[in-house]
Amino acid sequence: MGILDFANPTRFMKLTQLVLPWLVGLCAIAFAVGLYMSFFVAPEDYQQGDTVRIMYIHVPAAWLAMMCYSIMAISSLGTLVWKHPLADVSAKCAAPIGAAFTFISLVTGSLWGKPMWGTYWVWDARLTSVLVLFIMYLGLMALWRTMEDPIKAGKAAAILTLVGALNLPIIKFSVDWWNTLHQPASVMRMDGPTIHPDILLPLAVMAVAFTLLFFVIHLMAMRNEILRRRVRTLRLRAASAARPAGGSATLQPAE
Amino acid sequence: MDLGPHAGFIIASYAICFGVVAGLILWVRLDKARLDSTLKDLESQGLAKTRRTPEKPDRQ
Repeated sequence: MGILDFANPTRFMKLTQLVLPWLVGLCAIAFAVGLYMSFFVAPEDYQQGDTVRIMYIHVPAAWLAMMCYSIMAISSLGTLVWKHPLADVSAKCAAPIGAAFTFISLVTGSLWGKPMWGTYWVWDARLTSVLVLFIMYLGLMALWRTMEDPIKAGKAAAILTLVGALNLPIIKFSVDWWNTLHQPASVMRMDGPTIHPDILLPLAVMAVAFTLLFFVIHLMAMRNEILRRRVRTLRLRAASAARPAGGSATLQPAE
Repeated sequence: MDLGPHAGFIIASYAICFGVVAGLILWVRLDKARLDSTLKDLESQGLAKTRRTPEKPDRQ
């Protein structure tokens, strides 16, 4: 049995039932350690003071905002190229989570910006491209809701997601390509992080905690979506059975 | 714990983050409870979860 066999919806439900409690436990531990380090171990920044503590949620949320869209783009390829039954489920369920993390990133960035930059918002390339990402998440969620058939909606959303993936390198390199108020990358750099380890370590632990949180919510949402499609199939089956003989059936198995 | 002159911004950031994450978890949990209830109702109406298999053609 290959690894792709685990992506069968029935096997996925069984596997995630086993994995989820462990992921929840790890996530809770990571958050407990990360929050303790953020508030009681990490020192003040010599320029930002205590405001640097906002970075322990802002930076992981911003990373996840992009990671979530990357997962949606990969899932979209799975929908369009391999027509995998779980690919559009994954993409659909990642959109609201990605929107939530992008929202956290934008709001916490604004709350950090007011005391540090003197303003909540500037229309610079980084901030604007992340706002575009947030709007794209909302657009994709709206698109999923406009179509009743999840298979058709999945294909349309997959095309739009792949087009929108062009925004990811723009977000990443916006601070290098344009003169922005947002500072350039300080962790993921070719010459290594420029942050002191006392601040980098709590940031890394919080990043792990946020990533685990994403996987917990994503897997739970995917399980719900599979159940929703079962409900839809059962309802269509009931409607088809109740239809008088000779009527056309529109039953479309979603799994 | 003294968070300095910008404590309000720090507390607001963490409060909003906590609220959004709690909202996400609540959304998933409520959705699951609603779907479980709907599935139970449908099954109680005699709609089995098992798939229908097509009848094999008679070869005789």
